[in-house]
Amino acid sequence: MNHSHYPKDDSFRVSLNGRYRIANLWQGLFFSALVIAILSLVALLYNVVDGAFGYVAYEYKHAPSEFTAKPLDQLNKQELLELLKTNLSSGAYKKLDNDKPMGERSKSVLVTLVLERLFQIDTKQTWSMTDSILHSNDIKAEVADKYPKAILEFRSWLTPVFLTTPMSSKAEFAGVRTAILGSLWMVGIAILFALPIGTGAAIYLQEYADKNFINRIIQTNINNLAGVPSIVYGMLGLAIFVRTFEGFTSGSMFGVTDSNGRTVLSAGLTMGTLVLPLIIINAQEAIKAVPDSLRQAAFGVGATRWQTVWHHVLPNALPGILTGSILAVSRAIGETAPLIVVGASTFISVDPSGPFSKFTALPIQIYQWTTRAQSEFHSIAASAIIVLLILLLTLNATAVLLRNRVQRKY
Amino acid sequence: MTYIASKMNQLDLSKKFRPGESLIQALLFLAGFLSIFITLAIVYELGKEAWLFFGNPDVTFAKFFGTTTWQPGIGHFGIWPLVTSTLITSLIAMVVSLPLGLAVALYLSEYASPKARSALKPILEILAGIPTVVYGYFALLFMTPLLQKIFGEGVGVYNMASAGIVMGIMILPLISSMSEDALSAVPRALREGAYAMGATKFETSIQVVLPAALSGIGAALIIGISRAVGETMIVAIAAGSGPNFTFNPFKAAETMTGHIARISGGDLSYNSIDYTSLFAIALMLFLVTLVLNLVSQAVINRFRQRYE
Repeated sequence: MNHSHYPKDDSFRVSLNGRYRIANLWQGLFFSALVIAILSLVALLYNVVDGAFGYVAYEYKHAPSEFTAKPLDQLNKQELLELLKTNLSSGAYKKLDNDKPMGERSKSVLVTLVLERLFQIDTKQTWSMTDSILHSNDIKAEVADKYPKAILEFRSWLTPVFLTTPMSSKAEFAGVRTAILGSLWMVGIAILFALPIGTGAAIYLQEYADKNFINRIIQTNINNLAGVPSIVYGMLGLAIFVRTFEGFTSGSMFGVTDSNGRTVLSAGLTMGTLVLPLIIINAQEAIKAVPDSLRQAAFGVGATRWQTVWHHVLPNALPGILTGSILAVSRAIGETAPLIVVGASTFISVDPSGPFSKFTALPIQIYQWTTRAQSEFHSIAASAIIVLLILLLTLNATAVLLRNRVQRKY
Repeated sequence: MTYIASKMNQLDLSKKFRPGESLIQALLFLAGFLSIFITLAIVYELGKEAWLFFGNPDVTFAKFFGTTTWQPGIGHFGIWPLVTSTLITSLIAMVVSLPLGLAVALYLSEYASPKARSALKPILEILAGIPTVVYGYFALLFMTPLLQKIFGEGVGVYNMASAGIVMGIMILPLISSMSEDALSAVPRALREGAYAMGATKFETSIQVVLPAALSGIGAALIIGISRAVGETMIVAIAAGSGPNFTFNPFKAAETMTGHIARISGGDLSYNSIDYTSLFAIALMLFLVTLVLNLVSQAVINRFRQRYE
C-alpha cells in the first residue's frame, strides 16, 4: 500500500494539538461571556443593596432640647401629641388632623412627625454600605471634622415605615405607600381590560379562525405589536385615553370634577393595550397545548364549537393562560416609559381613591428619585428598587410554579 | 332496513343556525380584530399629530434633515442630534450584546451539560426580567462611575457610553435565548457528521452549527436593534437630558426616546409645536421598529432550514 499521503514526521499530531488549543481557548472565551453576564447581574443587585444601607450624617435644624427634656424614644403617645400641638402652628396642626385624626395615628408615625416638622432633619452626607463597613473609622473622622454637630448613624433606608408612609419632599420621610397603591390600581385596570379581550382573541385565532388573509394579518399584527417600543404606547395613551376620551377617563362624565385625563384609569388602559399582545400570544400557546383528542371527543358527542371551547378547552388551558397573565402583570408593574408620557404625577401624597384619581407608581418614583442630585434620594431609590424586585420575583416564582404544575399534568 | 332508511330520510343533517354561537364567534372576532384597530390607532394618532408638525410652515424638509439643532420651541428643527445619539447608544449596545449573547448561546447549546444549562438559564431569565428603570439606576450609579475611574475626567456624569453598555447587558438575554433556540434547532446529525470527519467541538460549532443557525441569529440581531432603538428609561436616566450633536460617546446627548420622555413628563400644552414634534419623533420610532420587526420575521420565515 502507498502511504505517501500521510506526513512522515509528527506534523499531524502537532497540528491536532494546535487545533485543540484553539478549541479550548474559545471554549474558555464562550464561558467567560457567561461569567460576564452573571457578574453584571451580581453587580446590579449588589449596587442596589449597597445604596439602600449605610452611614448617614445629619443635623437637627432645631435641637431636640429646645422642645423637650426627655429623649424622643422615651416619650409616650400623649406627650408626643402635646409636643406637636404646642409647637406646630394651629393651622398646620388642623391640616394634619384633617388628613387623619391625630389621636388615631400610631406612636411611630407621631415620632416621625416630630422629627419631620419640629426638629427638621438636615442630611449632610450619606455613604454606601461598602464604604460604611470598610472605611468606618475614616467616615467617623471625616464627619467629626466637617460637621461637628452632626449625628452619624448606620441606617437601613428600607424599613417597614418606608413601605407604609406616603410620598414626602424630604428623602428621610418619604415612603412608597402611594406608589405601591398606584401601581396596584394601574395593573388591576390593565388586567381587567386586557385579560378578557386577550383570551377572546386567542380563542378566536386558535379555535375559530380559518387560514385566510384577514386572520393571517391579525396574527402577524399581534406579533408586531409585541415589538412596538413601550413609549409609543405611551404616546397612543396620551392621544387617545388622556386627550380624546378625557370626558370618560377624567370621570367628568360621571360627575367627578377636580381632574383631567391624566388619571390611573388612562394609565391602566394604556398599560392594558401594551400587555394585550403578550397575553394573546401566551394564551394561544396555552390553548395550542390542549390535546386535540379533547376537542374531537366533545364534537363526537355533539357539542357545538363554543360548548367545546367553554367546557373543555378553556378549563384545560386556564393554568397556562394565568401564567401568561402573571407574566404580563410583572411586565406592567416594571414598565415606566408609558406612565411618564401618560402623566403619572410625581408628587402625590394621598392614596389613589378610585379610577379617576391622579396617581404615582413605583417605577415612576424610582425614576424621579434616581434623577435627583442628592445622594439620600439615591438611597430611597435603591430601597424602592428592592421593593419592586421582590414584588416581581414573587410574581415570577408564582408563574414558574404554575407552569411546572401544568407540565406535570400532561 | 327500509324502516331505518325512511327514518334517515327524515333526519335533517344540514347545519343548524344557532344565533348564540354566531354572536359569540362575532365577539371573539372583534377581540382579535381589536389588535388591528390598535395598530391603526397608533398610525392614525401619530400620523395626525406628525402631519400637523410637518404642516407647520416653519418646518421644512431642508431644516429637518439639513440642520443639527433640535429645539422646536424656538424654531430649530434639525432632527440629527436625536438620531445620532439613538444610533450611537444602540450601536454600543449591540457591540456589547451581540458577541456576548452569541458566546453565551454557543456555550449553553454546545458545551454546557443539561444540568448546568437548567441551572444557568434562570439567571439569564432574571436578567431579562429586571425593569429597565432599574438598569437606568445601574447605569447612572455604577457604570458611569466605573467608566470615570477607567477613562478619567473626559467621561461626563451623563454619557452615551454608560447607557449603551448597560443597554447591551439588558439586551444580552434576548440575543442569547433567541440564538440558543436557533442553535439547538440544528439537528444532531449535522454535528455527528462533523465529529465523524474529525472536527473538534469548536470547529463543529463554528463551521457547521453556527452557519446552519445563521438566520435565527440574524433575526435575534434585528430584534435586538429594534429593542435598543426603542428603549427609553436607561437613556432617559443615564444618557443626558438635552439634544446634543456629538459623536463622542463619553458626552451627554439625548436620544429620541429620552427626548419624548423628558418633554412629555413636564407640563405640555396640546397643539403646541413641542407636542406635535413628539408625535413626529414617535412616528419615526414606530416605523423604524416596525420595519425591523417585519424584516426579522421575514428572515425567520424565509431562511428557516427545515430538518425533518
